[in-house]
Amino acid sequence: MRWASAATALTPFHEAFLPRLGAALADAVKEYPIIWMQHSACSGCSVSVINTIHPSIKNVILDQILPGHQLFLNYHSTLMAAAGHLSTDAAMETARKHKGKYVFIVEGAIPTRDGGIDGTLGEEDGKPVTMLEWMRRLAPGAMAILAVGTCAAYGGISAAAPNPTESKGVRDVLRMLSINVPVINIPGCPCHPDWFIGTVARVLLYGIPPAKDLDEHGRLKIYFAKTVHNRCIFRDYLDDGVFASKFGEVGCMMELGCKGPFTHADCPIRQWNSGVNWCINASAPCIGCTEPGFPDAHSPLYQRR
Amino acid sequence: MPQKVILDPLTRIEGHLGIEAVVDNGRVVDARCSGTLYRGFEQILIGRDPLDAVQITQRFCGVCPAAHALASAQCLDNALGLVPPHNGRVIRNLIQGANYIQSHILHFYHLAALDYARGPEFPPFIPRFEADYRLPAKVSQDIVSHYVQALHIRLKAHEMSAVFSGKMPHCASVVPGGVTVTPAVDKVTTFLWRLKELREFIDNVYIPDVLTIAAVYRDYSEIGRGCRRFLSYGAFDLDSEPDVQKRTRFFQMGRVVDGRRAPVDPGRITEDVRHAWYRERPPAHPSRETTEPDRKKAGGYSWLKAPRYEGLAYEVGPLARAMVNSADNANPALAKALDGALAQLRLRRENLCSVMGRHLARALETKVLADAMADWVLQIKLDEPVAVGHKLPEAAAGMGLWDAPRGALGHWISIRNQKIERYQAVVPTTWNASPHDGKEQPGPIEEALLGAPVEDPANPFALARIVRSFDPCIACAVHLVTPRGRLLASARIV
Ligand code: SF4
Ligand code: SF4
Repeated sequence: MRWASAATALTPFHEAFLPRLGAALADAVKEYPIIWMQHSACSGCSVSVINTIHPSIKNVILDQILPGHQLFLNYHSTLMAAAGHLSTDAAMETARKHKGKYVFIVEGAIPTRDGGIDGTLGEEDGKPVTMLEWMRRLAPGAMAILAVGTCAAYGGISAAAPNPTESKGVRDVLRMLSINVPVINIPGCPCHPDWFIGTVARVLLYGIPPAKDLDEHGRLKIYFAKTVHNRCIFRDYLDDGVFASKFGEVGCMMELGCKGPFTHADCPIRQWNSGVNWCINASAPCIGCTEPGFPDAHSPLYQRR
Repeated sequence: MPQKVILDPLTRIEGHLGIEAVVDNGRVVDARCSGTLYRGFEQILIGRDPLDAVQITQRFCGVCPAAHALASAQCLDNALGLVPPHNGRVIRNLIQGANYIQSHILHFYHLAALDYARGPEFPPFIPRFEADYRLPAKVSQDIVSHYVQALHIRLKAHEMSAVFSGKMPHCASVVPGGVTVTPAVDKVTTFLWRLKELREFIDNVYIPDVLTIAAVYRDYSEIGRGCRRFLSYGAFDLDSEPDVQKRTRFFQMGRVVDGRRAPVDPGRITEDVRHAWYRERPPAHPSRETTEPDRKKAGGYSWLKAPRYEGLAYEVGPLARAMVNSADNANPALAKALDGALAQLRLRRENLCSVMGRHLARALETKVLADAMADWVLQIKLDEPVAVGHKLPEAAAGMGLWDAPRGALGHWISIRNQKIERYQAVVPTTWNASPHDGKEQPGPIEEALLGAPVEDPANPFALARIVRSFDPCIACAVHLVTPRGRLLASARIV
C-alpha cells in the first residue's frame, strides 16, 4: 500500500492495520519471534533498515514482511513501547517460550574487556547486565543469528584500533563463549535495507543458507560476491584515464583512495536510499564499509593503498 | 519513606541510558542519569589521518550523522584554513536540514508519541507502562496511524539528504573544504518534490498532532522545567565568514540566561568529571581534555562527562534554539511561529520551559527550516565548484561548532606530524544528560526530573516523558560507560 500525500489522505487507523488484523485470522501465516539487540553501535543500522521500501517498514514491523510471514518484534530498544524491566523481561520471555525458534538480530559489536563492563543493557538487583551476558543468554536458543552491520559482523568502527573496549563481532564472541549457532553476516556501515530484508527472506523461505551460498566472511554471495569496482559507474573514466585529483572533481577516484577495488558489495547496481544516490555517484570515494578490515585496513581512507 | 525508582534501560531513545530517581511523597527529590556504553572514540581517532575524522566521527551516531559530518568538516576547515565555496555551503545546509526534519519527525512519532497515545495491542506496542492516556480513542488512533505514515515520510527526508550526501545514514560526500557531489538539475528536482511532500506533512499532520497533545496534556507545560539556561551554537551558514562567531546563521549562536540573550565564548566551556568515570582532574576546556577511563572511581555514576559554561549547566536542543532565536527576534519566522502556537494554546512564554515546550519548539523549527530550504535548494549554481582543495599542515588546531538536531555540538582537533594528535567532541546529549558536577549541580535532565510527579513508583511514566522530551541520544554521547556501584545518594533525601 502506498501512502497518498499527507494533505489529502490521512489513513484511518483501522485501514493502517487492516492487513495485519486480517492476517491474524488466517492460519496460514507463519509467525517469527524476533529479538533485536543493539550493543556497541550507533543505531545507524536500525535507522537504515527502516528505510526499506519493498517491503515497506510498516510491512516489516506491523504486518507481514513477506506474504504469509510475519515478524514479531518482541524486543527492539529503539522501537518498543516498554522500558526498564518490562522491556528486558520481554526478551527473556521470548527466549524461554520460543527456544530454538526465534531469530536473534544483533546490531553493534560486543565489548569484552573486563568481562564486558564497558557496555551494559538493563540491570538486575541493582547490578548492570553486560552485553556479553546478553549474548550468553540469548544466543544459544536462537534459530539463527543475523549480525547486522559491520560492527556486529566484524567489530567495525566499534573495534577500531586501539580498540579500547576490546569489542568483537558476533562470530568471534560466540567462539569465545563456545556457542554454536548459525550466524549470517549482513555487513555495511550501515547495512543496506535490501541486504537485511533479503537475508531475512532467505532464512524464512529457504532455511539457514548452506556454506556454498556464503562467502568466506559469512556474507550472502548474492549481495557480496563482486567488488564495487567490478560494476562501478566510473569505469569509463578509468578506461579513458580521467582521474579526480581533488575532492569535487569528476573522474575515477583511484588517486583519492577509492577502496572500490577491495570492497565486496553491490552498491553500484543497488544504490542507496530508494536508489536516489550512492557514494561514487556523489563523487565520494568508496571507503570499503562492508569489509572485515573496515576501517583500519582502509586507513587513511582517502589515500591510495 | 523515600523510594528508589530505576528505569533502565530507558527505551525509545537512541542508545543506552538509565535513570534512577528517589521519590518521596509522590515527587522526585533526587535524580541520576547514567550513560551505559563507553566506546572510546577519542582514543580511536588518535594517530589517524585528519581527513578521516569526518567519516569516523559520523559513526558516533546513526541518527544524526550529518551533524557530526558538518561539525567535523568545519573543525577541519578551521584547522586547515579552508572556506567552502557557495555551492559547498548551500549543499552542506541542505544535507543537514533534511536530517533535522528526519530526526524530529522520527523523535515525535516513533520515540515520544506512544507516551501519550495508546498503541495497538501487539509488539512492539506492548508490553507498555499504562500511563494516564487521556486522548479520546479516535484521536489516539489517528496518531497511531500517523506513526505509520511518519515511518514512510521520514524516509523521504533521508532520501533528500542522500541526494546530496551520497547515502544516509553516514554521508559520503561531506569533506573538508566543501562537498564532493556535482550539482545537477535532476538532484534539485528530486529534492524539491520530496521537500514539498514533507512540508505538507509537517503543516497538516505533525504540527496539529503536537498542538493536540499539548492541549490535552496541559499539565506537561509546567512539568520538566529544567535549568532554564540555554545554549546554542547555531546552524545553517548564510555567509562564508571564516570566523564562526561572526558568521550569520539561520539559527543564530547565543545563550539565554534569565530570559536575556548573551553571546557565546567557546573558551568558557569546560568538562567536569567529578561524577564521571574518568580519572579525577580539575574541569578543563575540551581542546585540552583527555579521556582516561577510570572504571572504579568512587563517586562515579555515569560515563558522560559534565560540560559546563562558566561552571553552569545549560540545556541545548530545539528549545534552546527557540529561546535564543526568539529573543531579539533573531529568527523572525521561528519567533512568530512560537508566538502563534503559544497564543493558540493560551500558554505563556514561561510554559516553553517544559516537556510540551520542547515538543513544540522541535515541531515549529522543523516547519521554519523546511520552508527556508525551499529557497536554499534553488541557490545551487550549476557548473560552479563544490569544494576548495586542501593541503595538510604539519601542525594545526581547529574547532567546529554547530547545532545538531539535538543541540550544541562541538568538535576540537589538534594535528601534529599530519596526524590527529587529539580529538574531542562534546555532543548535545552530554550537555543535557550530564551527571552532577564538582559543585554537585545536577545536569539539565536531572534537574528537570526534580519535583516530577510519580504517583506509583512502579509506573513512573512521567519520568520517561520528561527524559524523552529532551530527545537524548546516548549513541552520540561518546564518553559513556557502565554505572557500576550505583551510588544512589540516599544521603540527599530530605
Ligand atoms: S571510482 Fe573506485 S570503484 Fe570506480 S572505477 Fe575508480 S577505483 Fe574503481
Ligand atoms: S560504495 Fe563502498 S563505502 Fe559506499 S556503501 Fe558501498 S561499500 Fe560502503
